[in-house]
Amino acid sequence: MARTNYESVVVLTPVLSEKMLQDAVSSFEKLITENGGELIHKENWGLTKMAYPIQNKTTGFYQIFEFTADPEAEIVDKLELAYRRDEQVLRYLCIKLDKHAVKYNERRRNGEFNKPKKADAPAAKPEPAAKAAPAPVVEAKVETTTNDEEE
Amino acid sequence: MAKRKRYKRTPIVRPKKYCRFKKSGIKYIDYKNPDFLMPFINEQGKLLPRRITGTSLKYQRKVAQAVKRCRHIALLPYVADQMK
Repeated sequence: MARTNYESVVVLTPVLSEKMLQDAVSSFEKLITENGGELIHKENWGLTKMAYPIQNKTTGFYQIFEFTADPEAEIVDKLELAYRRDEQVLRYLCIKLDKHAVKYNERRRNGEFNKPKKADAPAAKPEPAAKAAPAPVVEAKVETTTNDEEE
Repeated sequence: MAKRKRYKRTPIVRPKKYCRFKKSGIKYIDYKNPDFLMPFINEQGKLLPRRITGTSLKYQRKVAQAVKRCRHIALLPYVADQMK
């Protein structure tokens, strides 16, 4: 069965309480899994500063899902509909991943890139405790073909 | 028939530009990492042309796509005055 890899980024309002955030995230997760999708990875960036204000808000909770699904299940349509109905969602983005992207995400998850993104997200703001993302283990094994090669 | 004699210009020697994606074997450009996309935009947040960055056409398209996605999820600004 042909399955496609998708990735979805949601920006939720910063006014949510801890509980409401968890509820919203788990409802989206449930929507994915109940429609035959398989969640590969999820990532929470916590409260992140946005580059421009959306609905007069300058920060947002970033949540990333990576999942595989049968394209015939129209899971992305359902997910986007849920995002649009949800007033807590400031922005969303669902994309199809090609094979290079899948490979890249896998390597990113294994901590092969010493990503600055995850490292300074909690440093910029006091932690919203929802830092479910695994701590970025900056290991000695840094490949030469990382994305951060330019100096 | 007498053409005016032109003085030969001394060529300016610049280091050859190269596509950094081809050189380092990057196949996928992550739109979630705005710091990585910074070299491809100017201080107003606009995309830089290929003739400046030296990116090959194949990867310039991917850079453009990534920058646009990054803007959409508000990690890069659509308009900016001084971002660098």
